[in-house]
Amino acid sequence: MFGEGILRGLAETARNFFGSYVSKDRLTTVQFPEERIAPIEATRDFPFLVYDGTDWEQGMRCVACQICEKECPPKCIYIDKSKDKKPDAVGKQQFYPTRFDIDISVCMSCQICVEVCPFDAIKMDTEFEYSTQDRFGGLMFDKHKLSKSNEYYHRIHPTEASAVDAALAEERAKAEEKAKAAAEAAAAKAAAAAAVPVVPKESGGAA
Amino acid sequence: MTLVFLILAAITILGLGAAMSLRNPVHCVVGLTIGFLGLAALYLQLGAQFVGLTQVLVYVGAVAILIIFAIMMMRSSESPEQQPYSRSWRVGVAIAFAVYCVLGWAVHFGAHTLPTQAATPELSVQQIGDALLHRFVLPLEIIAVLLTAALIGAGVLALQDPAGEVRGPR
Amino acid sequence: MIVFSASGAERADQIFVLTKYWLMGYVPTAVQPLASAVLSVVPILLVFPLIFAITTLLERKGLGRIQNRYGPNRVGPWGLLQPMADGLKSLTKEDIVPDSADKWVHLCAPLLLVVASFLAYAVLPIGRNMVVANLSAGVLFFFAIGALVEVAIFMAGWSSRSKYSLLGAMRAIAQMVSYETPLVLAGLVAVMATGSLSTVAIVEAQAQYTGIFPHWFVFTPWGFAGFVLFMIAATAESNRSPFDLPEGESEIIAGYYIEYSGFKFALFFLGEYLGMFATSGMAITLFLGGWSAPFSFLTWVPSYLWFFIKLLAITCGFIWVRGTLPRLRMDQLMHFAWKFMLPMTLLNIFVAAAWKFLPAGIVRWFGCAIFLAIAFVLLTRGLKRRGEFRARQYRFAE
Repeated sequence: MFGEGILRGLAETARNFFGSYVSKDRLTTVQFPEERIAPIEATRDFPFLVYDGTDWEQGMRCVACQICEKECPPKCIYIDKSKDKKPDAVGKQQFYPTRFDIDISVCMSCQICVEVCPFDAIKMDTEFEYSTQDRFGGLMFDKHKLSKSNEYYHRIHPTEASAVDAALAEERAKAEEKAKAAAEAAAAKAAAAAAVPVVPKESGGAA
Repeated sequence: MTLVFLILAAITILGLGAAMSLRNPVHCVVGLTIGFLGLAALYLQLGAQFVGLTQVLVYVGAVAILIIFAIMMMRSSESPEQQPYSRSWRVGVAIAFAVYCVLGWAVHFGAHTLPTQAATPELSVQQIGDALLHRFVLPLEIIAVLLTAALIGAGVLALQDPAGEVRGPR
Repeated sequence: MIVFSASGAERADQIFVLTKYWLMGYVPTAVQPLASAVLSVVPILLVFPLIFAITTLLERKGLGRIQNRYGPNRVGPWGLLQPMADGLKSLTKEDIVPDSADKWVHLCAPLLLVVASFLAYAVLPIGRNMVVANLSAGVLFFFAIGALVEVAIFMAGWSSRSKYSLLGAMRAIAQMVSYETPLVLAGLVAVMATGSLSTVAIVEAQAQYTGIFPHWFVFTPWGFAGFVLFMIAATAESNRSPFDLPEGESEIIAGYYIEYSGFKFALFFLGEYLGMFATSGMAITLFLGGWSAPFSFLTWVPSYLWFFIKLLAITCGFIWVRGTLPRLRMDQLMHFAWKFMLPMTLLNIFVAAAWKFLPAGIVRWFGCAIFLAIAFVLLTRGLKRRGEFRARQYRFAE
């Protein structure tokens, strides 16, 4: 009431002023292009396509089911299905996308495409520095630009990637077992077919 | 009739003439302010520092601001279509000319009584203060009472609501 | 003449005066008065806008550090070339004048503001023997010039023909008129103590030393109260935080200069800061001893350096207060001016008069200090409005 509130306020700002030169937590600015804060694990910016192994075309997990294209709210995903098939992450023969374009100037990072993908093929990236001066296609990402390796996925989202890998390994094991069982059954059938004795033609003239 | 005097006189006359003849009231106030400043400069040129500076402080700083507030409150920014001169302006001009003649005659015929070597008296603020508080203390106190009455009256007028009407959210 | 028989310190102190006399020797006699005036005025026109540029940078960086961030630090090393970037920006921006605006008044308003602000420097003694015009009524001249600023603000607000400008102009003029009386009355105590309205005489009265301590007026109870009240009124006169409602950036978006852009806006900015420096300079002259050194063993430092050091200190104080206090509402502003500042300054005059008539010693020191403290306490209690919350009553609405 006698102005001591003002004096206390002045003392506080003086402490801020001098403290900002001495202690780091009084000056919390991160000067952007030169310094960056590491993004947390759940950061999401724009989608990317995961591929296993080293060949990005052969290892791509996407099977062009087009669910993400249909679910995307601003409809920024454009997919063309192929005519032939290639083995997918589990080993089955599947179609693959000949064209997979995402317009990231439209994308709103809602992550719906990631949530609905049954094949863990599309995940959210943490990269956001994509500004370009090319207005007419600089922000339309094609299949090649969108494909990033599984190691990269492990780097940016470790726990998620490990969970996905475990799930895929399980499915792969199941598929292998099924394939083995099918192969055994086929072999058994073939063996049974081979084990059927060749009946000599007895009833040659007994008609 | 030095060059400085001629320039200052021209500024004053132009300013006050603009204050009389312009249509937009705001332009008139600006002209009036220029006229006051010209008068203050004339006082300073005559060596009357206190009077000149008080002219700026009081006339420009208070009277002109008062007129400004009056114009702002009345929102009379729209200039009237024709000059709002009164219809008897010829009589006004004649009377003004007559007064000018009388003043000019008085100055011209009284000029020889003034000392030829105009020794500007060193009239310091201290002498003015001394005179005000010794010789002229009664007029000073009367003016103070007058100003206090005006201030109280203005306060009372501003506080009063129109009689009996209490407007409020009911 | 102190010219060449002077010691090194004296010569450093009087270097500008000596330079001027030396240059005048080369000017023919007929033109000498004009040349003398020009040589006195041109340094003011060069130095104070330079200080303005430095202050804008200092303010932005200072406010930034107070608010836990860096200030501008991109343009030069540590952002030192930021004022140049700002100047270039304001020069190259388009000058937009509203269609219905009063063109000539719109143009003259910033010019009048800058001219009035520069005029005020004519009576400030920047150093020993370094004053542009040694008027015998210098203090009165200073306050008279302050009145011109209000007319300029009105011209700016009115000529823009915009509701917000007009509102801002009315508020600004009301605020400046209300705080002008405490400003003058607070400065009056220094005039009373000296017995002269001349700024040079006031500074010379404070440039005496007893022992190592100077006779600055701020070290007396009435001088300290006068200084604090003068600085508060000066903050209000320059429309600075916490009294910057007329130009409240978050409320009426720059108030009376909302319709100005480009160079005219820069002129307004310049005029305001120049007004701030001029009033600080007057505070330094009246209370802080002008160009005199704070201790008698420091008089070897040139006098103009002391003036600028004190100006820097006061500017830092302004920036500090800006970063600390929230904005005062219009009615709080007015209450503060009329109910606290005006009675306090009148009582301060009373105390200063008592000081002159009491015998020198510890008694008058304590007596005056206690009187002022009691007055302060009573007036601040009076500022607190109790039980004033009731249903609003409208006088002109339906």
